[in-house]
Amino acid sequence: MSETNYKPTSAFGKWFDERLPLLTLFNGHLMQYPTPKNLNYWWTFGGILTFCLVTQIITGIVLAMHYTAHADLAFSSVEHIMRDVNYGWLIRYIHANGASMFFLAVYIHIFRALFYGSYKSPREVIWILGILIYILMMAAAFMGYVLPWGQMSFWGATVITNLFSAIPLIGESVTQWLWGGYSVDNPTLTRFFSLHYLIPFLILGLVILHIWALHVPGNNNPVGIDLKKDGSDTVPFHPYIVIKDLFALVIFMIVFAGFVFYAPNVLGHSDNYIQADPLVTPAHIVPEWYLLPFYAILRSVPDKLGGVVLMFGAIFILLALPWLDTSKVRSAVFRPIYKQFFWLLVLDVLVLGYVGAMPAEGIYLLISRVATAYYFIHFIIIMPLLGYMEKTKPVPLSIADPIISSGSGNFAAAKKDKILS
Amino acid sequence: MSDEINNKDKTTRREFIHIATTTVGAVGAGCVALPLVTQMNPDASVKALAKVEVDISNIQKGNEVTVMWRGKPIFIRRRTDKEVSTARQVSLKDLKDPQKDEDRVKKGKDEWLVMVGVCTHLGCVPLKQQGEYGGWFCPCHGSHYDISGRIRKGPAPVNMEVPNYEFVSDSKLIIG
Repeated sequence: MSETNYKPTSAFGKWFDERLPLLTLFNGHLMQYPTPKNLNYWWTFGGILTFCLVTQIITGIVLAMHYTAHADLAFSSVEHIMRDVNYGWLIRYIHANGASMFFLAVYIHIFRALFYGSYKSPREVIWILGILIYILMMAAAFMGYVLPWGQMSFWGATVITNLFSAIPLIGESVTQWLWGGYSVDNPTLTRFFSLHYLIPFLILGLVILHIWALHVPGNNNPVGIDLKKDGSDTVPFHPYIVIKDLFALVIFMIVFAGFVFYAPNVLGHSDNYIQADPLVTPAHIVPEWYLLPFYAILRSVPDKLGGVVLMFGAIFILLALPWLDTSKVRSAVFRPIYKQFFWLLVLDVLVLGYVGAMPAEGIYLLISRVATAYYFIHFIIIMPLLGYMEKTKPVPLSIADPIISSGSGNFAAAKKDKILS
Repeated sequence: MSDEINNKDKTTRREFIHIATTTVGAVGAGCVALPLVTQMNPDASVKALAKVEVDISNIQKGNEVTVMWRGKPIFIRRRTDKEVSTARQVSLKDLKDPQKDEDRVKKGKDEWLVMVGVCTHLGCVPLKQQGEYGGWFCPCHGSHYDISGRIRKGPAPVNMEVPNYEFVSDSKLIIG
């Protein structure tokens, strides 16, 4: 980061900045911050995700003013929000669909990082922080889904908390400790509400670290190369990236509003409009769409502990990815074979999501087993081997090169450029 | 030589204080963490609901009632003689979690099967009179139980749990 000799213009600004250099901090990180000039629209999802987090926090704080965290009252308090509270229906639908939008954006953000190798050195810590944020997001979303105390809330909570009973020896006591009883009940609901309120602020803290870690090496870019030191490869964050991010955000908000106003329940499950009944399990329990791939992995294993281990393994293996990928080239643009495997992984995750929503029997079970196996093969076998075996395309020396030489033969052009300069 | 010893002594002294302070601090932090962690365990009011009394005089053979105990369903089934003999003919070799039917009921009360109606896989409530073994079937992830509540097929690792219970009279049962 280029430390500029920034000085606030107003007298008060100068006075304040000398005592607490907040303005200098904002100027450095939100205005002057040098960004690669070739960032495409896949890079706008960081800003979109920040918007999602803020939306969830604001709507969540408002909903908590009207919600009652008690097993006897929670369900009717949600209906009270929907029917009586002024604009309660709007705020709740924004919050509920906001969770889905948050995950939609985070999946695009993660796959963008996978495609362009943004997790590779020197950005491993950014990636790890991102995965931790993702894990916390899943925890927050799961606990939030329990709060309306509908049938899916209750049985989803039962199934997920029972995952911990698979731990040998201490499983049962851990589960009872999580429940605060012998089954999912009022103590479970109240603690989930407390944690659901806490986690977004933990996420906020991690997001600050995520951005801090990002601003140390700077953004990766579609070409995936290190930027020239002289600054000719970069543009200042403001106004270039700010405007681009805002434009993408507006498009995103149109999709968001489409769900909120025209299909607010399409991503939910109708069983959750039935109050929780501990004696009746719904015929078909499914988690929210964004957790389906992991649910499919869980169900693909005919052994309880094995299924749980594999499901958590599918998430935690991502933490090791910077070291599993042995390729020296970051961007898939210059990795013709990895590019195909990348799209195969995207397809694999989509297939897992699909079979996760289907009953665990017959052909679906078979497909989920194949897809689960491939998911792990991709990370454990293909990623390490491909780095050694793949013949990558020549990588340009700077971002400007492929543009000047109009794409082809940029390596030669890059060399020529070097000689001339 | 004496210098070396002095130096050594000084370091040891400082190290001792360092370690002692850290240890006291760690023990203190542990003591504070204990109530913060154990507050999440089942509390006194939850434990107080640990026993329920059930009137079983109206249950006919081949019928089943479900009662709540500790927030969980308890299946009380009065099995027919045929069901009991079916359960007892099963070879232990065919069972994933081998247990005799005799060990799952009270002596002399062979027709009464009392068990926690919760699938041992991930806690759903199995449906009665379904599945491939004429017992229960869990719709969540496809576990099949026989008429003794023993796991026969599917992801559940063990048989459905038999709670502590006793017959206080011919018509009354206390669970817990």
